[in-house]
Amino acid sequence: MLSRRFGDFATAEDAVQEALLAAATQWPDEGLPDNPRGWLIQVAYRRMIELVRAETARRDREERAARREPGDRRAAPAADEPPADRDDTLTLLFLCCHPSLTTPSAIALTLRAVGGLSTAEIARAFLVPEATMAQRISRAKQRIRDSGLPFRLPEPADRAARLSAVLHVLYLIFTEGHTASLGADLRRVDLAEEAIRLAREMHRLLPDDSEVAGLLALMLLTDARADARTGPSGELIPLAEQDRSRWDPAAIAEGTALVTTAMARGPVGPYQLQAAVAALHDEAPSAAATDWPQILALYGVLERLTGSPVVALNRAVATAMVHGPAAGLDALAAPAADPRLAGSHRLDAARAHLHEMAGDRDAAVAHYRSAAAHTTSRREQEYLLMRAARLATAPPNPPPPPR
Amino acid sequence: MKYMLLMQFSAVGTDFPPIETWTPEEIRAHIGFMGEVNEKLAAAGELVQAEGLGGPHQARIVRAGEGGAPVVTEGPFAETKEFLAGWWIVDCEDVERAVRIAAHISTAPGPGGRPLNMPIEVHPVMSAPPQEM
Repeated sequence: MLSRRFGDFATAEDAVQEALLAAATQWPDEGLPDNPRGWLIQVAYRRMIELVRAETARRDREERAARREPGDRRAAPAADEPPADRDDTLTLLFLCCHPSLTTPSAIALTLRAVGGLSTAEIARAFLVPEATMAQRISRAKQRIRDSGLPFRLPEPADRAARLSAVLHVLYLIFTEGHTASLGADLRRVDLAEEAIRLAREMHRLLPDDSEVAGLLALMLLTDARADARTGPSGELIPLAEQDRSRWDPAAIAEGTALVTTAMARGPVGPYQLQAAVAALHDEAPSAAATDWPQILALYGVLERLTGSPVVALNRAVATAMVHGPAAGLDALAAPAADPRLAGSHRLDAARAHLHEMAGDRDAAVAHYRSAAAHTTSRREQEYLLMRAARLATAPPNPPPPPR
Repeated sequence: MKYMLLMQFSAVGTDFPPIETWTPEEIRAHIGFMGEVNEKLAAAGELVQAEGLGGPHQARIVRAGEGGAPVVTEGPFAETKEFLAGWWIVDCEDVERAVRIAAHISTAPGPGGRPLNMPIEVHPVMSAPPQEM
């Protein structure tokens, strides 16, 4: 019936499947509706409209990108959109990112059910066979069905934890989109863009949540540098060496405004703090003009808030930029002793960087090589090898490179 | 027909030093060559998949122990002179074409721009039985 009305069997099938999913989770809890068949068609019909809408929005966006047309002509969401739609989207997001699902399942289900991507598109984006992705998604749905989770917004007591799970999933979708890999050029869907779209939707639904705004700001401020991040043959270019004229000023302005408003309102959380660091980088006219004391202070707060050894590493690098490489190396002692970083290439990469700053070439080369041997990113490995090779073949006793 | 091409990185029988010791230009040329290989295979519609593997430092050997519990050893990769560095799966006309692709990959440049002549294994990928079976 739905496929007849919309003339699109695959989308209709998905819509019906999701209506059944909603039924499976809702009925045991709330009892059978008076007219189950009518209910199903209603829910599927509404879902179908959402799917078609998402499909249209994406097509618009792709066509726009192809034409390189400036400005955003996409219609803003209707102001009179009924609250039921708003709650459904949010509920669906909370359900897709439920902590009982594995992270890859939550990511796949979110892109499928909320993002409106086809299984084939998601499979291509993650470079796995379509059958594998279909299985991942159907297992996730099964798991939600089995766990008897109600199709409704989480209880107030669980809300913060559940919301942070949703934000984490969106953030992972974004970073996956930013991870250049061998097959990157073959990807048809821009995951970073998709994550931004979902975060934007989330921000529209929860405009007063400062961490939702912080996440959207972080994505925009990071994505603003995407074009400058890689060279002609896909090689990584570090922040300090990027051509800043290739950064996207509109995204920087939007992200900066978002994080400024969010932090003023509070409560301040990890996404806002990371966005604030990104904003400071983005606003600096040159690498040398970067406000490192401010970044160091933000990392200090972020470290106290999260206790993350990766943040401690970043703080050590910021310490070096403010107080010199010796102080930075001292600050590395704590994260170096953290078992969570054992065997991580990040520690070696940070050490290499600080030794390079200090002009200790042999130590820097050794740590760059060790980091290269341990990273799981091919592009990063190439970058680290190049960095080591450049140092190793430089004339002896070079002065510390200007920063 | 699909073929799997395995790139064995071998220090035995070759005379080039490990990539860590090359100059930036040599590394760049090597990476550029590999990128070009993949682009050409994709443009010809022959590329199914290509991946590089983490080096010997990241590899493990796993056996089932008592009750099927995994027993993991990290060696002997760190000491071995030969390890699997990456693979391609190509879908091409016949084995001759797969062999030509492998030979081309084998000419990837190393120190001084000389071809490395790395050994590339070519394995046919088994397919589903034909319809009439």
